[in-house]
Amino acid sequence: MNQYETVFIITPVLSQEQVNEVTSKYKELLQEGGCEVINEESWGLKKLAYPIEKKSTGFYHLFEFKASPDFIEKWELTFKRDERILRFMTVRLDKYAAEYNQKRRKKLADKASN
Amino acid sequence: MATQNTTETSGEVRYLTPIPVEVKKQKYCRFKKAGIKYIDYKDPDFLLKFVNEQGKLLPRRITGTSLKYQRKVATAVKRARQIALLPYVTDMLK
Repeated sequence: MNQYETVFIITPVLSQEQVNEVTSKYKELLQEGGCEVINEESWGLKKLAYPIEKKSTGFYHLFEFKASPDFIEKWELTFKRDERILRFMTVRLDKYAAEYNQKRRKKLADKASN
Repeated sequence: MATQNTTETSGEVRYLTPIPVEVKKQKYCRFKKAGIKYIDYKDPDFLLKFVNEQGKLLPRRITGTSLKYQRKVATAVKRARQIALLPYVTDMLK
């Protein structure tokens, strides 16, 4: 089991409900694959630094999870097949990255509670 | 000999005010100094410190980053570009 992090961009054409549908679908996929979801973040509609598929904005979403390397192949394939996804990136986290993310999450949680 | 030198002031040129010598500011690696182990690609505002106006990576000789962390900065910037948090090419980024 390695720790991974996936950031993906959903097309801005969808409504908020449809976006939620997409993210919940991927979350279910993670759970079906026997992965441990550590963190989920939605950054909302953000401006892209450069246009992708002629779109200048997109809904950013982040998943942090523990999974086996075999699962990642399947996971990325579903992203590739999905037309609603503009861009995705999966990164394996080393111990320093995991530590950093933990701190980041704590900071975000503190901000939310204040 | 020593007494002669002081009386004659020898051939050396002497200045009333010391000549200004440019003191080079010592560069340092900010990651080593601050103890940062991981450079986050999700934080484009921070990565902006390591690129020029065209969005190109700045060399080590300007930022002072150590080689170990320069490599990590490079991967972080490249990852940020991949997910459209930083541009590949632009002008007037700053």
